[in-house]
Amino acid sequence: MPVRQFGALQLEVDNEGYLVNPKDWTPEVAEAFAKEEGIELTDRHWEVINFVRKYYEERGQSPTIRQITVGAGIPTKELFKLFPGGPAKKVARIAGVPKPAGCI
Amino acid sequence: MSENRKMAFICSKGNLDMAYPALIMGWAALGVGVDVTIFFTFWGLDLIRKSRVDKLGLPPVGNASMRTGMMGFPFDVGIPQLVGVLPGMTAFATALMKSKMEKLEVPSVREMLEMLHDAGAKMYACKMTVDMAGLKKEDFLDVVDDIVTATEFIEMTEGAQIVFI
Repeated sequence: MPVRQFGALQLEVDNEGYLVNPKDWTPEVAEAFAKEEGIELTDRHWEVINFVRKYYEERGQSPTIRQITVGAGIPTKELFKLFPGGPAKKVARIAGVPKPAGCI
Repeated sequence: MSENRKMAFICSKGNLDMAYPALIMGWAALGVGVDVTIFFTFWGLDLIRKSRVDKLGLPPVGNASMRTGMMGFPFDVGIPQLVGVLPGMTAFATALMKSKMEKLEVPSVREMLEMLHDAGAKMYACKMTVDMAGLKKEDFLDVVDDIVTATEFIEMTEGAQIVFI
């Protein structure tokens, strides 16, 4: 597994650049991944990220886009604007959780 | 995922079970950054008609996959076609499918169309079949971008992977 440097931290990532161990995640990781995706994190982004982290901690699986829009109360249009070019994968990567397994 | 990947879905069927494939695959595609266009033609127009979208049905006749197991019975045998034609069977099968989808938290067709629209999918009604059915722009849901000819659709989906349903 490749290793990535985040400040003082050295963390394992998979070949697609996702954190291997979601427990390794820190807000600095989110900042670093977001920057790579060309996204500057605002409070609204953090609402999504925090929701996804909490969802994963509680259920052991990543929320789908629909579960984020309904659960976090973020309209579909806004979520796609916050994370342009495919929120399903981008949100999961930035929040340090696996890709969602559901279809909707 | 390549930034330029494009997919186009042609929805030609108006039954409830044939409404979902394009909507679900289209939604999945948008989620990973794929550009999505949907063209509704022939019976597929029902999916985007204000008067029809909430009334799509699942007729059991002529469907060999429609077995008792699907209906929630503990045994799995085929349902005779003659049973399928009985009054109320389409309503029964439709209600059953809707309740199963609801349990899986799958949104209604109307809601899925709105989700796709909000996520940036482009949706078009086929001009020839719209004219054939005597319909107008106002008969369709607001998520429909335009009524276009087959030629226009072919031109606007250049380079896209096309899925016919």
